[in-house]
Amino acid sequence: MLLIYCPYCEEERSELEFRQAGDAHIARPTNMTEMTDEEFEAFFFLRDNVKGLTFERWRHLNGCGRFFNAARDTVSDKFLTTYKAGLPRPDLSTLRPATEATVETYEATESNAK
Amino acid sequence: MADLATRTLPLSGFHGGSGAAALSVASPATRISLRAKPDAVAALSGVLGLLLPTKAKTSASSNGRHALWLGPDEWLIIDENGADLMAAVASSNVLHSATDVSHRNTAIIVKGRGAAVAINGGCPQDLSLAAFPVGACSRTVLAKAEIVLLRTAEDTFRVECWRSFSPYVSTLLAEAAEDAGN
Ligand SMILES: [Zn+2]
Repeated sequence: MLLIYCPYCEEERSELEFRQAGDAHIARPTNMTEMTDEEFEAFFFLRDNVKGLTFERWRHLNGCGRFFNAARDTVSDKFLTTYKAGLPRPDLSTLRPATEATVETYEATESNAK
Repeated sequence: MADLATRTLPLSGFHGGSGAAALSVASPATRISLRAKPDAVAALSGVLGLLLPTKAKTSASSNGRHALWLGPDEWLIIDENGADLMAAVASSNVLHSATDVSHRNTAIIVKGRGAAVAINGGCPQDLSLAAFPVGACSRTVLAKAEIVLLRTAEDTFRVECWRSFSPYVSTLLAEAAEDAGN
């Protein structure tokens, strides 16, 4: 079972208590009435869906109920850190050691399959 | 004549479990869901007669009244003596939000040496005394249902759930209590 550290409960809790809530740090436009449909689409729907490190909103739904942000690797599912809503993106260099061991990916394990 | 709703206690008469984890229905209680900013906590604590906890997973209890920390600005207040909690917080004269959830919730008492084992049948939290001591409380899950747990003694938990989930929660706990031993 995946354990997620809630910055409000200040402890690791089971993934069963959490819900993912989309990308983090999406700035809501202040000029929505003046935006074109394309600009609104870009803000509202279009996401990068990166493979690797991503910043996401999560909610401790069946816990303290708070939204918070997480830096998560979408390949390994590893949470690098979580932090309270409203805080800036953490410094990546402090999140990942320079010589991090290769994560085990589906592709890697498949290519090694005997 | 005014139309008065007839209130019934969900699970009325329910009891069960096992020798290791006995299950019973908690008596009717009044409850409010309370939301407030930090600057209102002192005044609300004053009118409620107990200190609203500000630390995660902690509660305060006094004379059958309990204040459970649910979130940084959210508490569940339970009064086992049926006191008018809405009137109490309304007299605080500070900004807050209170909703009467007396009849939304019902509670099951799980008691015995296997109480934690029975609850862990559907709840992923660490219920060891070190991680979840007497007085600890938390909103969490019991399988597919949301519950609020309060440890009232080393071998006793109060399991609050929404009334429509109570047949599911009680049945699941009864199964898990059997597994906890006799
Ligand atoms: Zn939390």
